Amino acid sequence: MATDAPPPSKEQHRLPTTEEFTEVQESAEFGELRRSYRSFAFPLTVGFIVWYLLYVLLSNYAGDFMGTKLFGNINVALAFGLAQFLTTFLIAWWYARHASAKLDPKADAIKSRMEGGA
Amino acid sequence: MSTAHTFLAADAASEHRTLIISLFAVFVLATLVITVWAGRQTKDAADFYAGGRQFTGFQNGLAVSGDYMSAASFLGIAGAIALFGYDGFLYSIGFLVAWLVALLLVAEPLRNSGRYTMGDVLAYRMRQRPVRTAAGTSTIVVSIFYLLAQMAGAGVLVSLLLGISSDAGKVGIVALVGVLMIMYVTIGGMKGTTWVQMVKAVLLMTGALLLTFLVLLKFDFNVSDLLGAASDQSGKGAAFLEPGLKYGATGTSKLDFISLGIALILGTAGLPHILIRFYTVPTAKAARKSVIWAIGLIGSFYLMTLALGFGAAALITQEEITTSNKAGNTAAPLLALHLGGVDSSWGAILLATISAVAFATILAVVAGLTLASSSSFAHDIYANVIKKGQASEKQEVSAARWATVGIGIVSIALGALARDLNVAGLVALAFAVAASANLPTILYSLFWKRFTTQGALWSIYGGLTTAVGLVLFSPVVSGKPTSMFPDVDFHWFPLENPGIISIPVGFLLGIIGTYLSKEEPDKGKYAELEVRSLTGTGAH
Repeated sequence: MATDAPPPSKEQHRLPTTEEFTEVQESAEFGELRRSYRSFAFPLTVGFIVWYLLYVLLSNYAGDFMGTKLFGNINVALAFGLAQFLTTFLIAWWYARHASAKLDPKADAIKSRMEGGA
Repeated sequence: MSTAHTFLAADAASEHRTLIISLFAVFVLATLVITVWAGRQTKDAADFYAGGRQFTGFQNGLAVSGDYMSAASFLGIAGAIALFGYDGFLYSIGFLVAWLVALLLVAEPLRNSGRYTMGDVLAYRMRQRPVRTAAGTSTIVVSIFYLLAQMAGAGVLVSLLLGISSDAGKVGIVALVGVLMIMYVTIGGMKGTTWVQMVKAVLLMTGALLLTFLVLLKFDFNVSDLLGAASDQSGKGAAFLEPGLKYGATGTSKLDFISLGIALILGTAGLPHILIRFYTVPTAKAARKSVIWAIGLIGSFYLMTLALGFGAAALITQEEITTSNKAGNTAAPLLALHLGGVDSSWGAILLATISAVAFATILAVVAGLTLASSSSFAHDIYANVIKKGQASEKQEVSAARWATVGIGIVSIALGALARDLNVAGLVALAFAVAASANLPTILYSLFWKRFTTQGALWSIYGGLTTAVGLVLFSPVVSGKPTSMFPDVDFHWFPLENPGIISIPVGFLLGIIGTYLSKEEPDKGKYAELEVRSLTGTGAH
């Protein structure tokens, strides 16, 4: 993992004051970062929880449907379970892509400005 | 026939007892060397609690997987699939999907705004002492539940593998596990524990890969044939491959399954021993990378447990599996024996290898759990509550070491008592407690501006007492042949898993407590927490 950031030096960064934090929190730039994070992470969280609960409920109350054979001994239940694996992998990949493209640059800009002692 | 086979399994194991013990001794020796080496580099509190924050995302991803893939995953799920077919698989799906909560909502903000424990984030903008006391309490309760499960797993394994069936023998093994975990944590701290997790994760993945390959080889890599053979051999026909064998019997058991499902996906991101792993990397980006690696590794591992569980069901009779262990916990080692050949030395060698891997798994996980609870005791309760933030780093670390010894002794005692409990079920309870007591406060602290100290306390203590209280009056503890105390009956709560009630209670109490409190939330502190958690400003 050569791409990881190098370990931080032991010396303390300058920690901004509460006023500076409040100012940044209310800034348009930070608002943009917060929106970009929340509008991605929150709906997606609701989405995968609903998708998982659907699977749990179908397993419980739709036994006949889940038992339908697709091919050989592979039935809907097994395919549905494997689909949960697949969507988990996909969501993880999608979030990582979103974070490094949309969130990291904004976060890094704010961080370096605040720690730089502006 | 099948009973004869079972005796054979035990015989094969005891004939090769020397081999099993030597393999295990090699693992213990290697990990102790790592521990001593890591201990020499452990100088300050950041080294002890967070391994110096120098691990890479990949290394920590491996260690997270090592911490997470417990005996319950390996032995419990393989056994549950072997006995209940498809319903065993339901566990693995919940255990995996849960990681998305950690990835999307918890790992990065936690890394950015905390230092050593879960309590750091919970108490950030609250009154320190009451919130840290609450966070420390729930950390220790969750970890002890989880420790019990691992200790029970150790007892079960050993009785099969070393042919030790006497109670004194099992207690001795639990004590040995306890002493080793105390050594790992007190000497090696987080650095040593992390390396032990990594070694264990590699061993476990390799072992599972080997067994999966051998199972698939038997069926010419035709998964459909494997499933067919499993459902024929199980005697339950097509039902074995459909949901319902374990949870579908009655309306209550279906409700229990929903409860379990909710606890599984919401519990992971509230498990203290997982959360503190995110402090071992330098940045939030590396924490994200750890979770991505962990999802990949854990997901692949659970896919392999499908092959192990259905493989065991296809190649071994149900009677042999249940004779060896009622809950199916020994299905995976038995599968190894059958794959190598019951009468051949290959069978015994494979059995010995897989058993040593399972044992390594237990040791590594108990070390992680002990570290989580002793860190929280020392950092949250001792340094910030008892010493009011005036303890020196040296005092704090030495308190953590002593706490490790104390928690080790308590868990040896409890583990000796709990040695016959079902492993996967116990872990599910720990998840329910984590989801009810920890997750609501973590999420509210990070994302809800108005949240107050009273909200945090109501949520943590309310979620904790509801979850533990319902378990106490559930069939897990009394009233059924499978209960902890089968001879008495004081249960009135019908479900085994309390999550469906206790998780909403934890979330609701956080809201009610907040709206009923007179104190104003500290706006400046929330600004600090929010900016830090999203940008990493000032992260240590």
